[in-house]
This record gives sequence, structure tokens and C-alpha cells, in this order.
Amino acid sequence: MSQLALKDITVRFEPKGKPIVTALDDVSLSVEHNTFSVIVGPSGCGKSTLLRLVAGLETATSGSLMLDDKPIIGPSADRGMVFQSYTLFPWLTVRENVMFGPKLKKLPKAECEAIADDLISAVHLNGFEASYPKELSGGMRQRVALARALANDPQILLMDEPFGALDSQTRQLMQELLLEIWQTRRKTVLFITHDIDEAIFLGDEVHVMSARPGRIKSTLNIEIERPRNIDVLTSTSFMEYKREILSLMHSESLRAAQV
Amino acid sequence: MWTRTLFSPKTDIPRSLYISLSISSVLVVLGLWCLLTYGGFTPPDFLATPVEVLQAAVKRISNLSLFEHMWASLTVIMSGFILASVFAVPLGILMGSFRAVQAMLEPITGFMRYIPVSALIPLLILWVGIGFEQKVMVIFLGTFFQQLILISDVSSRVSKDLIDCAYTLGAKRGQVVRSILLPACMPGVMDNLRVTMGWAWTYLVVAELVAANSGLGYMILNAMRGLFTDVILLGVFTIGILGLITDFLFKWLRQRLLPWSAEF
Repeated sequence: MSQLALKDITVRFEPKGKPIVTALDDVSLSVEHNTFSVIVGPSGCGKSTLLRLVAGLETATSGSLMLDDKPIIGPSADRGMVFQSYTLFPWLTVRENVMFGPKLKKLPKAECEAIADDLISAVHLNGFEASYPKELSGGMRQRVALARALANDPQILLMDEPFGALDSQTRQLMQELLLEIWQTRRKTVLFITHDIDEAIFLGDEVHVMSARPGRIKSTLNIEIERPRNIDVLTSTSFMEYKREILSLMHSESLRAAQV
Repeated sequence: MWTRTLFSPKTDIPRSLYISLSISSVLVVLGLWCLLTYGGFTPPDFLATPVEVLQAAVKRISNLSLFEHMWASLTVIMSGFILASVFAVPLGILMGSFRAVQAMLEPITGFMRYIPVSALIPLLILWVGIGFEQKVMVIFLGTFFQQLILISDVSSRVSKDLIDCAYTLGAKRGQVVRSILLPACMPGVMDNLRVTMGWAWTYLVVAELVAANSGLGYMILNAMRGLFTDVILLGVFTIGILGLITDFLFKWLRQRLLPWSAEF
């Protein structure tokens, strides 16, 4: 049984005085327990909208969204999210940021601190517990954001191009760190990106989306052995997946550019 | 070599150069003032000499009357400013983030902030009389609507992602307002309080225009009748210095209260 099931999701926006925009058109998607699913697509294909629907931050025009057989209504702590923009609360220290969710759940202080310290060391930020976000680099901020989302022990972790604003070296390191954490903590992850390399490197499954109106064009099972490291990027199987996704996406990008 | 950094936009110059340029600009103004007065270009009832202003200061400091005027003005300004801030900060934060509050407050605020405060003085006299309350109301009206607009703007620029993020961490609406929106607004609120504090000082003379018997604005207006330009200048300098001190206090307070916010 799938953990997350989206069925016939359509999202339409009706901006004032402009034609109706169909952001998502009849999208169906299922995500299995403890798998790493990636959605890759050209910009403006509605992939972020899809993730925000799962997060409960937006509502679909039609269709159904189920998480563990329960309909998704509004945001909740059981679906943690890491955003592309830096969303650490600047007035809280690293540790207080990570403790934000557990504290809302009214867990005892000692337990909140234990959760935070465990996750801070999981993202290799020991020694920065008392730092404010302004003192951290972009990569470090996203690591804290990851730890903060995990602190709630969510059923599914949603990631909206979390490494999109980072330079390519940092991005690679962050991908490896994410896999390392995922390997040990086994969470269901739904990850959005426009970077094909990132999608193949991270995912068990890669869903390729079409340009507006957004649809799932194709789904690939990435059968590259885990644990994966940087050598994977130059392997033949990686190249073959990449060729396939590139050709799927190229026609889409052309179409998107014409719109 | 250093002329290159001097004439390139947004390039740092040596600190010593910075300080000497600052000092010399003050000295130039002082020099011009000396030249005009001691050079006999202007009569004393047009512009007093620096020494005359100093003498006026010494006299009013030693008989404490300057402090009485300062105290009178400070109580008026602080009362008006605090009263305005107490209402403008929460209303502004709500106005910038809740469309309903915005819809209700925007027409009035948009209209009121173009009305010169002096135009309201006759009404204020009819409504609250000519006492302390009237002076406080002038400061209040002069700052409140400006604060409201500025703080509403701060609130509307709080990142939506920050708020969405709190929701995904399990926060409810009330918690989002209290633990996200409020602290996120604080640096902008402090900056704008500092700016509007400066504006409050500029309303001082207007506030003390009617039926005042003490205060720096009153001192200046009173001196004008006898053409005592030394006293006028003393009043002007005192207001300027007090303004600088409050500005410095705000800067210091911001650093103490909000150490987490980026420097500005």
C-alpha cells in the first residue's frame, strides 16, 4: 500500500483579468513507505505547487490527496518541509530552531534538547548550537532547516529544491549528507528539483513532469546500488538515466519556452 | 592612488580620512558662521556670534532654565511618541498582514498622512484645550499615521515562506502571529521607531506654538519676539543634540534587544 496517494489532482488559478492557468492537470502519483521519490521538471511545470499541496499549504481544484489513507487537510507536523529559500527563524539560535517543532508539541524540555542535539550532530553542526542563522553559510542554514524538519519525526519529508540556492560543490556535499541521513533514519522523502543529476543521484524513483499544464510524463526506477557516492555520477547506468530524462525534458523545455 | 578610492562609488576610504572629512565639514560651517558674524557682515539681531550663543548657554545652564525647557519638551515628545507607538506598532503589524485590517485602516491612514499637523491645531484646541494634552496630541498625530504606514510595510514584507514553514512545523494561526510574525517584524519596527522619533522632534516647535510657557520650542518662539538670535540658536542646537542622543539610544537599544538581526 502506498503511503502517499495523489489521484487526479488538478489545480487552476484564475488571475484577475488574465486567462485561467492550469498549473497541474490530472496528476496521479503514489509514493511508497521509506522510499526516496524525486520530481524533476522544467521551471513553471507546477512541481512546487504539487509539493505545497502535499504540505497542505495550497488546495487542489479537484482530486484527492491521501497520506496513510487519511485525506490531507491543511498543514501539519506530520509532513515536514524544507524550502528553497532560507527559512530559519533569525531570532532563534540553531538549537532553538531545531527545537521549534518539538516545543510546539509540548514535549518536556530535556527531550526537546535531546532531539535537537542528536539532529544537530547528524547534520555535522556540533559547536554551532548557540549560533544565530545570520552567522551561518547557506549550506549550513539548509542543514539546520533539514534537522528542524526531521525534529518533528514527520511521516514524510518534503523538500522543495532545498539546495537550489547553493553553489555546486556545496550542493554535492549536501546531497551526500542527505543520503547519509536518509540511509540511517529511513524516511519517506518527496524531493523537487530541476537538476537532473541531483534527481538521479538521490532518487529511488524519478518522476519527470511536463511543462504547463503540469503532468507526470514518465516515471523511472533508478536502480543504482546504495550507498551511492560521487563515483555514481560518472557511471554508465547514471549516464543512461540522464540521457533518457534529458530527452524527455528537452522537448518539454522547448515547449515551455514557447508558452 | 587614494583619489581612485575617493571617487569610486561604494568603495571604503581609510577611517582617518573619513573622520577628518567629517570634522572639516563641521569646521567649515563653524568658520563661515564666524566669518559672517565677526567679519561684520551680519548684524547681531540677524545672526548671533558663536560666543554669544555659548554665553546664552552658560547663563541658562547655571540658572537651570535650559533644563526646565528640555524637561518640558522631553515629556511632551516622549508622551506623544510613546502613545503613538503603543497603537501604531500592533495596528501596523496587523494592517500589513491581514487584508481585512488593511481594508479598514488604509483609506484613513492614506488620507491623514498628507494633512499637515498644524492644520489640525485649531480643532485640537477646541477638543482638548491648550494644555499639555494639546501638545502631546500634535506629536501623536504627527507620528502615528506615518508609523502606521511604515510598520504596515515592514509587516507585509515578512517572508511568506517563514510563515508557511512554521505551519509545516505544526504551528497554528495564533502561534504563527505571536511566534513568527511579531519577532520577524521587530528589526523593522525598531528602525522605523528610530526614524519617526526624529520626525517627532521636528514637530516640537509646532507643538509648542500655542499657549506654551516652557519648552525648547517655546524658548525659540519667545526669543524671536526680542530678536534674541543667540537664544534661538541655543534652542536649535539643544534640539539637535537631544535628537542625536535619542537616535543613539535607539541604535544601542536595537543592538541590545535584537542581537540576532543583521547589522544595518
